[in-house]
Amino acid sequence: MSRRARLVFFAVAAAALAATLGVGLAGLPSFGAQVSAYARMLNEVAPQQRHVTDVVSAIGFDYRGIDTLFEEFILLSAVTGISVLLRPLSDETRRLPQDKAPDRTIPPPSPAVWLLAVFLSSLLLLTGLETVTHGQLTPGGGFQGGVVLASGLFVVYLGTNYTTVERFQPNALLEASDGLGASGYAFIGLLGLLAGVSYLSNVVNLGITGDAVSGGTIQLLNVVVGVEVAGGFAILASEFLDQTAVVRTRQR
Amino acid sequence: MSQAVVAVALVWVAAAGTAVVLTRDPLRQAFTAGFFGLALAFFYLSLQAGDVALSQIVVGAIALPLIVLLSLAKVRKGRE
Amino acid sequence: MSVLAYGVVVWLFLMGIYGVVTSKNLIHLVVCLSVAQSATDVLLLEIGYRAGGHAPVFVNLPAHPGPAVDAVMQALALTDVVIGAAVTALLLALVVQVHKRAGTLDPDQLRATRD
Repeated sequence: MSRRARLVFFAVAAAALAATLGVGLAGLPSFGAQVSAYARMLNEVAPQQRHVTDVVSAIGFDYRGIDTLFEEFILLSAVTGISVLLRPLSDETRRLPQDKAPDRTIPPPSPAVWLLAVFLSSLLLLTGLETVTHGQLTPGGGFQGGVVLASGLFVVYLGTNYTTVERFQPNALLEASDGLGASGYAFIGLLGLLAGVSYLSNVVNLGITGDAVSGGTIQLLNVVVGVEVAGGFAILASEFLDQTAVVRTRQR
Repeated sequence: MSQAVVAVALVWVAAAGTAVVLTRDPLRQAFTAGFFGLALAFFYLSLQAGDVALSQIVVGAIALPLIVLLSLAKVRKGRE
Repeated sequence: MSVLAYGVVVWLFLMGIYGVVTSKNLIHLVVCLSVAQSATDVLLLEIGYRAGGHAPVFVNLPAHPGPAVDAVMQALALTDVVIGAAVTALLLALVVQVHKRAGTLDPDQLRATRD
């Protein structure tokens, strides 16, 4: 349909949707009122029951751990889908960037850019490791720390060029870490079954609240999710990078 | 005081979201989208949601602009 | 305050959909879709907010800390943000391949493939 007709149709539909949403949202308790009873109870009992101080991590990886398992597999499917979509098509080849003028060297990156890239990537890797392993103590965890770890690799690309970053992201290692993280989550859940209780129960020694190693399987699951998300996002970026630098239309 | 901060954050989020939609050029929209991610992170922090704000910062400021710019680079390269 | 808070959710969602409907560039369309998706995260966190509450992290609290905000909603919104970025990346990969086949990024110019 024409653009005008589409806009009119959208206006009518948007008005109807806004009215419905308004009626629905007006039925909610007012903004800032009492939270649900489930949340209040979890805030009371979670620090004592699981020996953690960050209740959000406890909910994500213990009380509602099964939901996070499915979210992880959504991420795995999305990354697999991207890898399949961006494969070289029937009329394309993968050709590494060739040096057309080998007698002239590529000018190295400027010292300021290079120093900033080295500094930032080390900082990002350290911060990512800290965020992943301290998820049960402070806001953080596998998802956030994984993206920070992957961005350490992006910064390497920003400061140098494609051939340098290729050395840092061997595809086999990234794919292995992605798969290992996803399957690791499922296997750690099996520990609960082996111990005689339900799947994904927290059966490892819980430790003392506030310690660097505490919370039992919460910390283990944080680490595997961090590995998976880091691998996933690094694969994502390297697929897009390959498209710009390596995949070319086959010359006839 | 915290109510005022939440109200300011809400208005900033609405304005930034409108700006993202009204920026038609994808290259400029990548910057506006980063700004919108920052607005969302500030709003989540004002709602006392530290975990979610951390997620939003790393995703909205790093991952999303990166893939938008890489897609643009591929599309522009194919065009020449 | 409730009107402003929930109104922003409706506004963000409708603006995102408006961007999708009137877009002339597929990459612009995908970013507008991510704006609409963030409206759901905003709603989740707004439902879980308690005025005067502190974050659900129980370390180094003052003597009378008061109530905490809803941690369940934060756990829901947390993974949603990261997964939303991955799905946006999937959509952009689709856009890149569409451009290779159709040669254009304008949604109105795209035709169904014939072979």
